[in-house]
Amino acid sequence: MKQLALIFTLIACTLWSVTTAQADEEIVLGLSQDKVAITAQFDGSDILIFGAVKRETAIPDSDLDVIIAIEGPTGPVTVRRKEKKFGIWINGAALEVNKAPAFYAVASSAPLGQILRRIENERYAITIDRAIQSVSATVQFGNTQAFTEALMRIQAENGSYQLLENAVEVDQQTLFRSSISLPSNLTEGDYSARIFLLRGGHVVADLKTVIDVRKVGLERFLYNLAYEQAPVYGLLSIFIAIVAGWGASALFRLIRDG
Amino acid sequence: MHIYLPIAEVSVNIFLLFGLGGIVGVLSGIFGVGGGFLITPLLFFVGIPPAVAVATSANQIVASSVSGLFAHLKRKTVDLKMGWMLLAGGLVGSAFGIMLFNYLKSLGQVDLLVQLCYVIFLGVIGGLMLIESLRAIRRARKSGGVRRKRSQHNWVHGLPFKMRFRASGLYISVIPVLLVGASVGVLSAVMGVGGGFIMVPAMIYILGMPTKVVVGTSLFQIIFVAGFNTLLHAITNKTVDLPLAVFLLIGGVVGAQLGSTIGVKLKAEMLRVLLALLVLSVCGKIALDLLLEPSELYSLSRPASQGGSQ
Repeated sequence: MKQLALIFTLIACTLWSVTTAQADEEIVLGLSQDKVAITAQFDGSDILIFGAVKRETAIPDSDLDVIIAIEGPTGPVTVRRKEKKFGIWINGAALEVNKAPAFYAVASSAPLGQILRRIENERYAITIDRAIQSVSATVQFGNTQAFTEALMRIQAENGSYQLLENAVEVDQQTLFRSSISLPSNLTEGDYSARIFLLRGGHVVADLKTVIDVRKVGLERFLYNLAYEQAPVYGLLSIFIAIVAGWGASALFRLIRDG
Repeated sequence: MHIYLPIAEVSVNIFLLFGLGGIVGVLSGIFGVGGGFLITPLLFFVGIPPAVAVATSANQIVASSVSGLFAHLKRKTVDLKMGWMLLAGGLVGSAFGIMLFNYLKSLGQVDLLVQLCYVIFLGVIGGLMLIESLRAIRRARKSGGVRRKRSQHNWVHGLPFKMRFRASGLYISVIPVLLVGASVGVLSAVMGVGGGFIMVPAMIYILGMPTKVVVGTSLFQIIFVAGFNTLLHAITNKTVDLPLAVFLLIGGVVGAQLGSTIGVKLKAEMLRVLLALLVLSVCGKIALDLLLEPSELYSLSRPASQGGSQ
């Protein structure tokens, strides 16, 4: 009984020390850019994320780990599975995923399995599978896992979902930095960047900031025109096509006739 | 050098787009078809979302058809009266086709519809064209250049509402003309093609039009149907990507001019054999995609408001 009490006090002590550590350490963050402009020449972009840990007390003994999660705009996605019917492969069962980010990247200073406890992952929704929600769909289908796994696999293959273990450098338990490359097939919107400091598998501090990804210039103009003035945009497209076709034939006639 | 396409939301190499447009332009110039049946699958292949590929190639077809039509107008090989009649049917068919396209898109079966249309129509037309033109070549060799009889009498000549088409030298019912126009309209909306590859054989074999006015007249009709499709896709789906269309059509119109120069030098039967083989090879490729087990069984799509499917 005495031993048990001792264990409890030990646990209480560690818990207490963790909570104080949480209060002690704070993230000071810098981004190479907090706006990404999608221009006509846009071909992906690297974002440098760097920062420091601000603390009043001495550096604790345990190792400091850092996880950075960047999440693009979320929206519903339909995942369809092809099935063989009448000898050909056609779309069969489908799963509506309520909330799937268009982009998701997780960078960490060590393999996630070693530095992040499951319960903390549940709480902060850090890894990709936690960021995807398909709650309402589970009612309709028994096995939704195969569909959400397919979603993650396809998005990982085209670079939209990235897991970058050991991609965050941590210096002297105080400075950290990482570079995350945004792919060229970027969707515009607000990208949230979350930074977590971890000790012993627990999150001791976190910070969230927003990276603004927007189409600019001609891209912005055409996109707005296509969505807000669709008939004008359609007529403009046809007009340009006719002028180009006529121009080319006139030009070639000139060349042929000398 | 890359360009970010604002509607497709992908970044693509400019020279790749010029190249695609150019190759398709050369082929369309040689054969007098819009080339939509080639450009749409090629756009899928370079990673353009299918909905955007279908809508944008409709716009590109307008440009390449305009470019080709001017050459034909100069040679007086366009039957304008026939063109207007085909067009009347075409617009009705096209509006119906867009409705069908949007309905199947909501069911998630639009890819299947598009692929099946490609396989069936390309297969049937390519096959018929190949058999017919091989026979014509053999006949020409045997009897030293006897041409196929131009106006045949078939069921088409028994229908009412006859009309005279001077440029084609025909006096036929408008019913088959309207029907041909309408069915091409449906196909062009669903498949993102101008429909030249089905229009040209239908004009020759069903309507009995002389070969010399067929290409010009089909181009005339295609311009309007493709233009109408562009507008409908732009309004209902917002999937026309203007920069993508511009790069394709710059390549395309230049290619079309080169192609029509090459086309003049080739024999008509030879031209048909080559077109038939091209049509059949595209058909075979799409059929294989349907028959073989795909390496990725799953596919993702976002609702239209989120910027097309992926």
